[in-house]
Amino acid sequence: MTSYHDNIAPEIRARQQWMYTLAHADIADLMPFETQLKAGPYQLIRPPETGMALVRGRMGATGAPFNLGEMTVTRCVVKNDEACVGYSYIAGRDKTHAELAALADAHLQGARRHAWVCRMVELLDARRQSRRAEAAAACAGTRVDFFTLLRGEDDAA
Amino acid sequence: MYVAVKGGEKAIRNAHRLLAHKRRGDSARPGLSVAQIREQMFLGVARVMCEGALHDAELAALALKQAAGDTVEAIFLLRAYRATLPRFCASLPLDTGAMRIERRISATYKDIPGGQQLGATFDYTHRLLDFDLLAEQEAPPPPESVPAPTEACPHIMALLAREGLVGQERKAADDESAPDITREPLAFPASRAERLQILARGDEGFLLALAYSTQRGYGRNHPFAGEIRVGKVDVWLEAEELGFCVPAGEIEVSECEMVNQFVGSRKTPPQFTRGYGLVFGSAERKAMVMALVDRALRAGEYGEDASAPAQQEEFVLAHCDSVEAAGFLSHLKLPHYVDFQSELGLVRKLRREQARTGAQEAEKEVAALETAP
Repeated sequence: MTSYHDNIAPEIRARQQWMYTLAHADIADLMPFETQLKAGPYQLIRPPETGMALVRGRMGATGAPFNLGEMTVTRCVVKNDEACVGYSYIAGRDKTHAELAALADAHLQGARRHAWVCRMVELLDARRQSRRAEAAAACAGTRVDFFTLLRGEDDAA
Repeated sequence: MYVAVKGGEKAIRNAHRLLAHKRRGDSARPGLSVAQIREQMFLGVARVMCEGALHDAELAALALKQAAGDTVEAIFLLRAYRATLPRFCASLPLDTGAMRIERRISATYKDIPGGQQLGATFDYTHRLLDFDLLAEQEAPPPPESVPAPTEACPHIMALLAREGLVGQERKAADDESAPDITREPLAFPASRAERLQILARGDEGFLLALAYSTQRGYGRNHPFAGEIRVGKVDVWLEAEELGFCVPAGEIEVSECEMVNQFVGSRKTPPQFTRGYGLVFGSAERKAMVMALVDRALRAGEYGEDASAPAQQEEFVLAHCDSVEAAGFLSHLKLPHYVDFQSELGLVRKLRREQARTGAQEAEKEVAALETAP
């Protein structure tokens, strides 16, 4: 997974990793955890709201940035019963996804982190990986194996 | 000049009602769902997202449904919706080198690290109508899956650039932020960043025609499709309140890098030049024409004589937006009754004058004939 800071603190890197898992999760894979995620009391510091993020590209893929366009994003901030503040920014307009991801981010910063990682994050990671492997495999069948035909004049030479 | 005209309210109301009825079609048939459009018309959806300048496949599909398939109208709807949303933040520049590739081809090298992969393409189809689709009896077999190789797919242009055969892209200064044409009005001459932002949302038909004109010799620059790739890229957002970058998910993009004919001088050895296209969704043709027009618009940078339409920045950038163009076209349908009356009066006056002078001249000619010996 790509990480964009050179000297990023390990706890932030770990947090980025689970945020990655939560943002890339299929909502259908996240829904079974809804009851557990909402089990304790929590406060919506910023209820789920939909807006946009300006998407940037690079000129010639590697050069200076330019603005490509915008994408819809839904964000949410919650505080759980351990006073952990969880954030989410999720591509698209799914408010449930944003709220569950923010709750998960809060719980993953708390005392039961290990349990949440084992119970939820690892499963979501596995689902994402198998989904991606399946998509890649379907495309890999279209890979081109070039072969070069021997031309007649080469034989004569 | 437009004059406020009253009296059409009922007609307008009923016209909208009629349109809604017509759009729905025969109610004995099931209605099209937005999900169906999103999944089965995904290339149309990509065009709406791309030119609507908002990545959201569901909204683009909804816009297409509401617009009864009129792409330009759907793009307008998406742009209008976009204007109602707050902008939270910007993303880090997309890392297209780490794309999860669906399609990747090169017309410059046969053997490329990571290989060539056709993906889902209309290329090599025979363009024969498939009457099975008409009979609604399609049941396509699942794709033939093979384990995907894990080899990295570096950008081909980066390989050329390493050898110095093509120019390196200019890196940004630390404090440099890309200008945003949706926030600051465009002034000419524009920067390449502004041009790319406008081209990315520009009308595909207009840009295709311009790109084609460069191929036919109007601003010729001998392009090769160095690499075309389509797939998913991760989006990382600069969430200021957190102080670190936040992953938000993935989007689909199409990217094209064109290799064009060379420049060089006594000091710098000859090297290829490049044009770049990057667009939302699966929109390879759009990415290709964007790259061609990007290169054509770099004429000034390379000291080329910008004599062809595709090389003229102001002409291209001011006219490539379908929402602006269709909007100005559309205003012709507004009542111009007073304007037209004044023009009509003018034409009548001119005709009267011409008739008078014509009569006078005819009289003179007759008089001349009569006085002739």
